[in-house]
Amino acid sequence: MIEDSLITEEIRGKLGVEGEPRVCEIEKGVIRRFVQAIDDPNPLWQDEEYAKKSKHGGIIAPPTFILIVGNEQFQSQLASLLPESKLHGGTELECYQPVRPGDTITVTTKIADVREREGKRMGKMVFVTFEVTYKNQRQELVAKCRQALIGYK
Amino acid sequence: MAEQLYYEDVEVGSEITPLVKQPTTRQLVMWAGASGDYYEIHYDKDYAQSRGLPGVVVHGQLICSFLGQLMTDWMGEQGSLRKLTCSYRGMNFPGEALICKGEVTKKYVEDDECYVECDIWVENPRGEKTVPGTALVTIPSRGRPAS
Repeated sequence: MIEDSLITEEIRGKLGVEGEPRVCEIEKGVIRRFVQAIDDPNPLWQDEEYAKKSKHGGIIAPPTFILIVGNEQFQSQLASLLPESKLHGGTELECYQPVRPGDTITVTTKIADVREREGKRMGKMVFVTFEVTYKNQRQELVAKCRQALIGYK
Repeated sequence: MAEQLYYEDVEVGSEITPLVKQPTTRQLVMWAGASGDYYEIHYDKDYAQSRGLPGVVVHGQLICSFLGQLMTDWMGEQGSLRKLTCSYRGMNFPGEALICKGEVTKKYVEDDECYVECDIWVENPRGEKTVPGTALVTIPSRGRPAS
């Protein structure tokens, strides 16, 4: 049975262990690309003159922008940990302060939970919960996130 | 931009101004590029079907960001989104309207800050709730500005 398990040795070995931190510099252009991709016209995300007069005193990123910080590396990590077929189960995001252009964000990820279940329609499935922590250049907590991923054969 | 929302304007049961998105395959590709999520189920129909899906599907985190916009549009720029959760229960497909909605479930003051809790969700054109979730925001009060 054990060789059929979708919970690989690699996942077991990484359970509860913090991964190598990823350091990401936040350029204004990255925020702009994010805002264009979600098609959000709010001037607070893009218009420096407008944002200067707001309580933030300058451009900030939309709260969910943090989800894409370090995401490319996270996605390649997923590719090696989970079966080829996978779905996103859910996202729980807690925001402590806005991200600004020029910030340097350090992203740390660990696997918080792994479970396997037999689904009626999709057969054997593995549920992996990742905990992601985001800190800025002043070592202040910017956001925390739990991401639930589902892998299936 | 929507006007600033104040704590006094909100009651349990208040509706969050709905936000309608019309994701296209082009938008999914833009999201793939912006987010670094190049999983093929979001732009390669043959691949998506080989994984047992009816066709390409909208990225969960793009939907989560639409729900983020639902909240930032509604609460105004003096508000802060403190928490956002969502469960990707059903699929949303490009070419179909994706309707973001929500309702206030609780309001309270704690440590001098005005909190509003909401149920939020995404509906497809058939009225099915594909992505339910919750949001917690702080907004200013007319009596005192938000910190």
